Amino acid sequence: MSQTFSAAEPAPPADSTSPLLEVHDLSVSFRSEAGQVNAVRGVTYTVNPGETVAIVGESGSGKSVSSLAVMGLLPSSATVTGSIRFKGQDLLSLNDRQLSKLRGSGLSMIFQDPLSALTPVYTIGDQIAEAVRIHQDVSKSQAARRAVELLDLVGIPNPQLRAGSFPHEFSGGMRQRAMIAMSIANDPDLIIADEPTTALDVTIQAQVLDVLKKAKEATNAATVLITHDLGVVAGFADRVMVMYAGKAVETATVDDIFYHPRMPYTMGLLGSIPRMDVEEKEPLIPIEGTPPSLLNLPPGCPFEPRCPIAVEQCRQTEPGLDPTDRDSHFAACHRSLEIAQRQWSAADVFVRPTVPEAAAAGIAREERPVVLQLQDLHRAFPIRKGAVIRRTVGSVRAVDGVSLDIREGETLGLVGESGCGKTTTIMEIMNLLKPQQGRIVVLGQDTASLKPDDRRTMRSDLSIVFQDPMASLDPRMPIGDILAEPMWVQKMPDAKIKARTAELLKMVGLSPEHASRYPAEFSGGQRQRIGIARALALDPKLVVLDEPVSALDVSIQAGVINLLDELKSRMGLSYLFVAHDLSVIRHIADRVAVMYLGRIVEIGTSKDIFDRPSHPYTQALLSAIPLPDPEKERTRQRILLTGDLPSPTDVPSGCRFSSRCFVFAEQLDADQRARCQSEDPGLYPMNADHGAACHFAQVREVV
Amino acid sequence: MSMSPQEVFELPDPSSSDPGAVNEPDRHAAAESLTRGRLILRRFLRHRTALAAVVVLVLMFLLAYLGPYLTVWKYDDFDQEHILTGPSANHFFGVDQLGRDVFARTLHGLQKSLIIGVFAALITTAFAALAGSVAGYFGRWVDAGLVWVIDLLLVLPSFLVLAILSPVLAGKSWLWLVLLLSVFGWMITGRVVRGMTLSLKEREYVNAARFMGVGSFTIIRRHLLPNMASLLIVDVTINVGVTILAETSLSFFGFGVQAPDVSLGTVLGDSQDLATTYPHVFLFGGVLLIITVLCVSVIGDALRDAIDPSSGTSTL
Repeated sequence: MSQTFSAAEPAPPADSTSPLLEVHDLSVSFRSEAGQVNAVRGVTYTVNPGETVAIVGESGSGKSVSSLAVMGLLPSSATVTGSIRFKGQDLLSLNDRQLSKLRGSGLSMIFQDPLSALTPVYTIGDQIAEAVRIHQDVSKSQAARRAVELLDLVGIPNPQLRAGSFPHEFSGGMRQRAMIAMSIANDPDLIIADEPTTALDVTIQAQVLDVLKKAKEATNAATVLITHDLGVVAGFADRVMVMYAGKAVETATVDDIFYHPRMPYTMGLLGSIPRMDVEEKEPLIPIEGTPPSLLNLPPGCPFEPRCPIAVEQCRQTEPGLDPTDRDSHFAACHRSLEIAQRQWSAADVFVRPTVPEAAAAGIAREERPVVLQLQDLHRAFPIRKGAVIRRTVGSVRAVDGVSLDIREGETLGLVGESGCGKTTTIMEIMNLLKPQQGRIVVLGQDTASLKPDDRRTMRSDLSIVFQDPMASLDPRMPIGDILAEPMWVQKMPDAKIKARTAELLKMVGLSPEHASRYPAEFSGGQRQRIGIARALALDPKLVVLDEPVSALDVSIQAGVINLLDELKSRMGLSYLFVAHDLSVIRHIADRVAVMYLGRIVEIGTSKDIFDRPSHPYTQALLSAIPLPDPEKERTRQRILLTGDLPSPTDVPSGCRFSSRCFVFAEQLDADQRARCQSEDPGLYPMNADHGAACHFAQVREVV
Repeated sequence: MSMSPQEVFELPDPSSSDPGAVNEPDRHAAAESLTRGRLILRRFLRHRTALAAVVVLVLMFLLAYLGPYLTVWKYDDFDQEHILTGPSANHFFGVDQLGRDVFARTLHGLQKSLIIGVFAALITTAFAALAGSVAGYFGRWVDAGLVWVIDLLLVLPSFLVLAILSPVLAGKSWLWLVLLLSVFGWMITGRVVRGMTLSLKEREYVNAARFMGVGSFTIIRRHLLPNMASLLIVDVTINVGVTILAETSLSFFGFGVQAPDVSLGTVLGDSQDLATTYPHVFLFGGVLLIITVLCVSVIGDALRDAIDPSSGTSTL
C-alpha cells in the first residue's frame, strides 16, 4: 500500500532529489447524524517539483477532501490521520498560524467557484495586493503595482483599470483568472486547482487552462489538478491518480491511464464518455449502479457491485494499490495482471448495450412531417429603470431571429455558451404563446392561434426534461404522483394512470414498486430517469431536453444517453436537445444548430458541423473542447477566442461575432472587415442542408 | 463550527446513494422513506427543554379542560361569604373581590386564551400563506396590490384599531376577536411566504408543472405550499404565543373578551389593583400565562432548529 510512484516523464528537475509533497496513508472521516463517513481511506501519493498530477474521480470519491486536507482547510469536525509532508515538513503537526504562513506562499489553491472565493466588497486589485502583502514585506503601492502585473500576466485586458473593479463586475472567466493571479502572487511551489474550469463555458475553459499553463511556466510550480473531466486531464497532466470511494484505485502516467488502463473502473470511465472525435455512433458503455455510500462500506473491493468481472476474491478482500505489468503504474484490482495479459479494453470488460434502429431512419428527411418550426423568433426583455415611474431604457435581445425546423424522428442539437439564448428559445417554445415577433409552429399548428383548450391538448404532444434532476422533481411528492401529474391534467381515468405509471417506471429501468417513494431516495441518475419518464407519460411527439445529462457524473451520464437513444427509436420521438457539451451532441444529434448571441450562426447535419465546420465560432467552439486522448491533445491546434460573450443588450453592429472573431482579426483586409462590421450576414448555404452565417465562411478541420 | 461536512464537501448524500436501488428495489425502502421525518424528530427530541415544554403544555391543556371538574364552583358563581379569602381546600386559588372562585375563573380564562391563541394562529398563518403565495406567484399588479395592503396594515397601529373596533363587536361572539387578531397578524409571515414563493416558482418542478398545463392555483396548492410546510408549521407554533399575548393584553384593557366571558386577560385586568394587597387573585393567572407562552415559544424555536439545522444552534 505504501508504494509511491514517480514520474516517467518529464524527468524531475535536477535540483530536486526529494519530492515536493508526500501524502502517506491519508484518511479523513466525518461524523454525521447517520454515522461515520469515511471520505478518504488511506491515500498515498507524491508530487515532484514542477510536475502536474491530476486527481480524477466522480463526485463523492474523496478527491476534493484529500486536497483540502493538504491545505489544512477541513472543518474541525473532520478527523485526519496519516501524514502529509511538504518539503519534508509535516503539515498535520502545524497549528493554524504556521499553516497560514505556508498557504499562499508555499501552497496555494484555486477554487471551483471564483465568485464565492473572492470577497465582494473589495476590489480585485486590493485582494491580490493583500495576498502579496501577507507574505512579502513590501509597501502598499508596490503591492498594488505587483497586482496589476499579475493581472496582466493572466491576460486581463486593461489591467491598470480593471484592478479597481469589484468581483461582480468581472465575468466568470475573468474572476477565475484573477484567482489564478492571486494564487501565483507569492511564487508558490505547489498550486492545488480544485475543478478550476467546471463552472465555465468551453471557450472560456480553454482560455483559463491556457492561463493556468502560463502561470505554471512563470512560477515553475507543481500543480495538483482535481477534476472529473478526462479531457482536461489528457491535455494538462503528467501523471494521473484515479479515485473511487475514498481510495486511489489506479495511478500511472497520463498515457498509461488512457491507453493501458488496468482497473475496470478506469476502463469504464473511459468507455462511458462520448467522444467528439469518433464519428461512428455506437451506444456508450455505462457503468451500472451508483458509487457506494461511504457510510458503511462492506468488506471487499468497493467497485465490486458495479464490476462485471468481479470474482469471489473481490467480495472478500479489498485489493491494495499494487504494481502492474507496466513501469510506475499501480492499480487496485485483483485481476489487473489478467487484464494486462488478455489485453482487455472497456468494450471487453463491460457490455455494450444495443439500441434498436429507429423506424424513421429509412425515410428521407424531406418526406417526414415537420414537428416543430421556428420562423424568425424574437424575444427581448425590457430593461427598466426608476423606482416610481419605470421607464424602459434598453432591451436584452435574448433571442434575435432564430429559424429552425425539426422533423419526425430526428434529434436537433442546439449548442452554444451560457447566455446565448438557448434557454430563452426553449422557454418560448414551451410557453406555446404568440411570440413577440416571428412564428412558432408545433405539429402544424401556429401557437398564435391556439385557444386555451387547444393549448392544453397540445401539451400532451410536447414535453420537457430539465437539467437538474434534483430541482425538477417536487421533493414533497411521491414518484407515482409526479408521473401521474401530466395525466391528471389531461383528465385520464385513475385506473389507466396507475397502469401507465408502472409501465413508465419499467420503461426507464426502475421498478413499479418505486412509485410510493420520494425523490430524495433516488440518486441523480435515477432522478433524471424519472424526469424522462414524466416527459414521456402522454406519448409526446416532441421532447425538449434542456441539458439533460450535464448535472450527472460521466459513468451515470452514459446510461441516461443510451436510454434517450433507445426511447427515441422505440417511440419514434423527435428531440430538441439543448446542451453546451458538444461531445454529447455529436453522440446523440442528427442535426446541429450552433447559437451565438441570440442567433443561429451555423446549422447542418451532425457530420457537416463536426467534420466541416464553416463558421469561425463553430470552429473555435469545437477546438476548445478537450479530447480524452493525450496524444491528440498534444498535437492539436487550439483556436483561442479573445474576451467574453458580448452583452445581449449591446449587440455589435454587422456580424455579431466580429468582436471575437479570429478570422476577422487575423485574415481579413480592411474592405472585408468593413463588410463584417456593417452587413449582418444571413445563413449562407454551404451545401445541401448546411448553412453558416459568415461572409467569409471556410471549412476548417478542428477535431 | 455549525456547518456539517455535507454542506462543505461533495460527500455522497446518504439518502441518495443506494447502490443497488435499480436491481434490488426494497432493500432500503423502509429505512429511507422515513429519513426526513425521523431526522426532524430525532433533532427535536435532543432538545431537553423543548420536550419538557411539550409535557408542560399538554398539562396546561389538561388542566384547562379537566381542572374545572375538580371544584364545585363555576367561573360565574358568587360566594359572598368568602370575598378575598386566600387559597383553601374549598377555593383552591382563593376568592376575588366579588366572591368569584379564582381557580375556576383562571382555568376558564386559560381555556379561552388557549383556544383563541390556537385558532387565531391557524387563521393568521392561513391568511399569510394564501396572500403571500398568490402575490409571489402571480406577480405584476396582484403582487403590487397585496404588497401595498401588507405595508398599509403594517403601519396601522393595530392595537388602536382593535380598541376602536371592539365596542362595535362587544357582546358578539369571541370568534370576531379571533378574526380581528388574525387580520392584523399575518403581514410579516405573508412577506416571508411571498419571498419564498418568488424563489420556489423559479424551480424546475414548478416550470415542469406549468408546461404540463397545470392550473395556477393547483400549482400553489400542490407544489408551492407543501414545500413551505416547515416554515408554516413553525410559524403557527410561534403565532400561538404571540396571539395569546395579544389577546390577553387587549382583554386586560377591556377591549378583548367581554364579561361575563373570561380570558386570562380579563382575570388579570379585573384584579390588577389588588395585585399588591391580595396577590392570590393575580398571581395564579399571571404565572399560568407566563408558563404557557414560554412553553409555546420554546417549542417553536426547537421545531425551527429541528427542521432547518442551519438556522440555529443545532450541531452534531
